[in-house]
Amino acid sequence: MKPAIKIDHLSKRYRIGGLHPGYVTFREVIGSVVTAPFRKLKGTNGQQTVWALNDVKLQIGEGELVGIIGHNGAGKSTLLKILSRVTRPTTGSVELFGRIGSLLEVGTGFHPDLTGRENIFLSGAILGMRRAEIERKFDEIVAFSELEKFIETSVKWYSSGMYVRLAFSVAAHLEPEILMMDEVLAVGDAAFQQKCLDKMHEIRQQGRTILFVSHDMAAITRLCKRVVLLENGRITCDGEPHEVVNHYLSSSLKTGASREWANGAEAPGDEVVRLRRVRVRAETGETISVVDIRKPFGIELTYEVLEDGHALVPVLEFYNEAGTELFSTHDTQPDWRRRERPRATYTSTVWVPGNLLAEGSLLGHVSVMSHFPSTKLHLSERNAVAFQVVDSPAGDSARGDYLGPMPGLMRPLLDWTTETNETEELSPKSKVQSPKSAQDS
Amino acid sequence: MDVQTSKDRGPAITTAASAKPRATDLSNSAANAAPERHSLIKSEEAGVQLNLGELWHSRELLYFLTLRDIKVRYKQTLMGLAWVIIQPLMTMLIFTLVFNRFVKFDTGALPYPLFALSGLLLWLFFANAVTNSTNSLVSNANLITKVYFPRLYIPAAAVGAGLVDLSVSFLLLVALVFYYGVTLTVNLLLLPLFILLMTVLALGVGLLSAALTVKYRDLRHALPFIIQLWMFASPVIYPARIVPAGWQWLLTINPVAGIIEGFRAALTGQPLNRPHVAIAAAISFALLVFSVYVFRRFEDTFADVI
Repeated sequence: MKPAIKIDHLSKRYRIGGLHPGYVTFREVIGSVVTAPFRKLKGTNGQQTVWALNDVKLQIGEGELVGIIGHNGAGKSTLLKILSRVTRPTTGSVELFGRIGSLLEVGTGFHPDLTGRENIFLSGAILGMRRAEIERKFDEIVAFSELEKFIETSVKWYSSGMYVRLAFSVAAHLEPEILMMDEVLAVGDAAFQQKCLDKMHEIRQQGRTILFVSHDMAAITRLCKRVVLLENGRITCDGEPHEVVNHYLSSSLKTGASREWANGAEAPGDEVVRLRRVRVRAETGETISVVDIRKPFGIELTYEVLEDGHALVPVLEFYNEAGTELFSTHDTQPDWRRRERPRATYTSTVWVPGNLLAEGSLLGHVSVMSHFPSTKLHLSERNAVAFQVVDSPAGDSARGDYLGPMPGLMRPLLDWTTETNETEELSPKSKVQSPKSAQDS
Repeated sequence: MDVQTSKDRGPAITTAASAKPRATDLSNSAANAAPERHSLIKSEEAGVQLNLGELWHSRELLYFLTLRDIKVRYKQTLMGLAWVIIQPLMTMLIFTLVFNRFVKFDTGALPYPLFALSGLLLWLFFANAVTNSTNSLVSNANLITKVYFPRLYIPAAAVGAGLVDLSVSFLLLVALVFYYGVTLTVNLLLLPLFILLMTVLALGVGLLSAALTVKYRDLRHALPFIIQLWMFASPVIYPARIVPAGWQWLLTINPVAGIIEGFRAALTGQPLNRPHVAIAAAISFALLVFSVYVFRRFEDTFADVI
């Protein structure tokens, strides 16, 4: 594959510390000039440095759509900034084969006092378009933004949605060979988002290279064929999206299928309840981190009640890897419903049936609340447990014999019925178009 | 920032790439042996690169940024561009009142109002251009940290906008010249030369102070005093000949003095002080070269420091 981006031993150092991280005043310079010899004697120059990127090597081929994930501060933005030439690497180099464009921050170069028309030209020029190019694409940009009526209005009178639409339209028409996107899909209403995705698809169809930075794991896994994980300025994982995303989630959330708080004082909770242990368990009782999509499993909570006289309700919430909440469940069993609990250690388990959840990484949030005299949250532990739901190719799950990606947040195994009617006349065979021939025409 | 566009297929190829037809045709053009723009991002260790070719390539940006500066300045004002005339006019009237009624200067061939205005037009252009370009980088911080383009054009656009103002306020000078019936000579043809020199000087000072302001914000506070001091050290509102002989060297090394005196001489058709103008020109151009170098050197760190 022809390379589009070659990143070679790339490092970026930032200096931190001091009163002002960046700029300094003359007085400080004079002061530091005076004290510099002494600091040099001590062997430190009084500044701490941070390696935002540390010896990054990465090659991206032409036409690839690569997702970049990582925590805040892992170096994603620094990498994009170096690629877009906003800042310069401390060491190493980058080779780019083609014009690079970024949708890092839509609306770059917009001035509130200028009209939509004026801003298209200004922003386009700042993003690197020639005047003739902007003139040629002007109508298309306006049409894409759906702002024909307001194009002679100062953008400061625009709603934020209109503003973003115009800004995105300009950036989307930049037509670079390499496009960098940073969470831009989160803008605008659903219809506009679809338009943006279509545009991205179009760009991809044209064989252009796309770098997509996002915290939206669902979008990353859905759109990209390859994902790169950045941790503390280094690439720690590079490969197939599901694998990398799982690696990221399990390492970043520091959560597994079982979690225990040995020290009661540090355990989540308040003076009434303390959480001591959470685990994912199979019907047979053992702790499991991988759940068969067809089998029921339980999430078991062990908690201490430290104060008499509270009717407690354990609650579990389930999130997928994109951070979408799938559902939440409250303990409604009659045994302890509206019943004050005596001081003791309790173990409650919620049973999730098989053939309900879709495959992927799931997170459980645990909380305990009481409703009398008023609703009160006693403990809330986000990302208390993490586990994987895996599907089976055996054919008895909701996907049947289909092995491709299955969309949807849930994966219930539902009943289908089919009736046969042999008396009715069939349409002539030749008139029926197969889906394939429909596509060809 | 030093992105080197490989020389053999630099701007020409990009033009070809940007001259692609509409989006619908793009699949074809991308499928063709794609016109490729290869660039290399080097690290800070690689040193300063002037990259004048890149400046030339994106010259249209200077036009758009200048246009923005002008448009934004007079949006939501009642009188709009009239302010360009009013500012030097009022300043001239004030100085005429003070120095023509209370204190009298011998201003030679030119009546005092015309004398003052001819100096003030150039001086106000210079002072505004330097002030605006000094602040320009900091006030465009959001641009600098988000997207790459030759940052040199931000302060340059501030000077460019000042030049547009100057050409409008020049009409005032033309009106006054006819009002006082000044004899016009061929020396008038030299006027653009002095405007050019003043632009070069304003760019030189503006670029330098803009680059330094990114790192040392003190300059923003010190600048008004420096500008004021510079004005009184230059023959803007007084004739150069009232300066005592012991201090004349100060006017010689002050390029503003050489340029303004030369401008007036060209206006009245009097002989030029050639060595003086030559020194001013040499200093202005040397300063510009130096400033461009310093600016390019600092430019890499703008996004990290601003």
